[in-house]
Amino acid sequence: MHSERSQTPSVQEIRPPRTAIGVVGWLRANLFSTWYNSLLTIATLFLLWKVVPPFVRWAFIDSLWMSTSAECKAVDGACWSLIPANIRFILFGFYPYGEQWRPAIAVVVLVGLLVYSQYRRNWKKRLIHIWLVGLVGMGVLMQGGILGLTPVESTQWGGLPLTLLLAVFGLTAAYPLGIALALGRQSDMPAVKSLCVVYIELIRGVPLISMLFMSSVVFPLFLPEGVTVNKILRAQVAIILFTAAYIAEVVRGGLQGMSRGQYEAAQSLGLNYYQTMRLIILPQALKIVIPPSVSILISAFKDTSLVVIIALYDLLKTTQSVLGDPRWMGYSAEAYIFLALVYFVCCFYMSNFSRKLERRLHTAR
Amino acid sequence: MNQTSPNHIDPVEADDTIIEIIGMHKWFGEFHVLKDINLKVARKERIVICGPSGSGKSTLIRCVNRLEEHQKGHIIVDGIEMNNNIKNIEKIRAEVGMVFQHFNLFPHLTILDNLSLGPIWVRKVPRKEAEDAAMHYLEKVQIAEQAKKYPGQLSGGQQQRVAIARSLCMAPKVMLFDEPTSALDPEMIKEVLDVMIDLAQEGMTMIVVTHEMGFAKSVAHRVLFMDYGQIVESNTPDEFFDNPRHDRTKLFLSQILH
Repeated sequence: MHSERSQTPSVQEIRPPRTAIGVVGWLRANLFSTWYNSLLTIATLFLLWKVVPPFVRWAFIDSLWMSTSAECKAVDGACWSLIPANIRFILFGFYPYGEQWRPAIAVVVLVGLLVYSQYRRNWKKRLIHIWLVGLVGMGVLMQGGILGLTPVESTQWGGLPLTLLLAVFGLTAAYPLGIALALGRQSDMPAVKSLCVVYIELIRGVPLISMLFMSSVVFPLFLPEGVTVNKILRAQVAIILFTAAYIAEVVRGGLQGMSRGQYEAAQSLGLNYYQTMRLIILPQALKIVIPPSVSILISAFKDTSLVVIIALYDLLKTTQSVLGDPRWMGYSAEAYIFLALVYFVCCFYMSNFSRKLERRLHTAR
Repeated sequence: MNQTSPNHIDPVEADDTIIEIIGMHKWFGEFHVLKDINLKVARKERIVICGPSGSGKSTLIRCVNRLEEHQKGHIIVDGIEMNNNIKNIEKIRAEVGMVFQHFNLFPHLTILDNLSLGPIWVRKVPRKEAEDAAMHYLEKVQIAEQAKKYPGQLSGGQQQRVAIARSLCMAPKVMLFDEPTSALDPEMIKEVLDVMIDLAQEGMTMIVVTHEMGFAKSVAHRVLFMDYGQIVESNTPDEFFDNPRHDRTKLFLSQILH
């Protein structure tokens, strides 16, 4: 490149005018290009100057991080001490105090599995086995009852493990179900097609809260006497059924984006329906819909917090409960900022992963 | 172009039929696209179908591997009657290769995977073997060095050659070509036609829908002219181009051969 350039000396290279490059150029182009942009810039700077310093003072300078609630009452700043003082209840809820290492390990295993699975080089058959072992291990840890572990009723589960459990299982089960529904909606068989359409439209027409209510209040009425289904499981199923309907519509959009030529090429090779879908159509269609699918997964993740209304102690509920403690009353801003950060980290991780995945799956078209 | 006339090298044995179409009709809704089609194709025979757009030539060959469903009459491919039995359809499709106007390569797979996919999943060939065969056919269409690339990184002519190689990997008994050069830039047409001529010389049974009359003259045993859903004329290339019998054929030829 370099040598080529020096061989054509006919036009001398001159640097662009000073005002077009560097800091000055950037400021001119981006912040002060017109009079109203200049106005907006100044207004924004003013607002930041009004908001940021007081917040920084409250959150970092005047704040307490490791103190008792009594010490907190004496200062104006944030009382972050609320979090470390109650961290074990926030994270694990009513899980027996002495046994809380068990959910802690379960969470570490789950996060480890998620991180391990994000690398494409690990996407082999072995991954399924690793997951199965991991899941059984987590179940044993949480439930106990064997290997000398004290049994812990699922009604005592709560906090972060519950949130992650509902989210990870909800999303991983909803995704294939959604794909099946989307394929069903495109089916040539009228019965299958209308069943899927009815399901999707029905579920999308109902708020998640009402589905959770139905799973916790209405559903048990239909069970024969003496039969009970675990409350967490019922909420889990409600979340799966709900999310799947949305996934189905997104996937359907991707399927419609596929050209007929792809189906025809696959068919003319003699591939059957399942091979055509699995090898040719779905890999392409799902790639197209990564961004909207991830939006749905993120919002489904946040929606797991709605289980509070059927009295499950997820992360949101345990944090709220701490605020009910007279010693820590009135520090809700701190508690909710902490909570928001936890949710943000998870959601940001998901959207980051999806962007990486998109890049990795990119092949020039 | 290759001017040797392979049709004089290997005469066709007339009674060895591979495709038989008897009294076949097809409608798109109310529109009668194909009217009473009768056609016998012998093993190793090469047929070129031409005709104005909308005359039903593409639809005709798409019926042969059931990309379109016919509503009346019979289509028998290699002794199997085409009906609604999905197993029969899949069996026929595996024996009938098809090359499309727009290539229809699988953009998410490498060239090598595009080629080995059919043999691996339909013929249940071990992967290693399928990939070796794929490389063999890629060499044949002179594109082996592109094996690890994706279709989007290739030119149109290269993509179409890959598409031909993909069909060949299934070791088909018949090859259908649906306007294989129509979507190509002019300078790429020859590289695709050369591959098709090579194929012809090896004795592949071919039905080609095309407007490349040079190809028809040098390669075809028979040229069919279709108009308004009917086979209007069917003759050897020499007779067809020098002595067209039907008025509509004459008109068509005068329009495309300036």
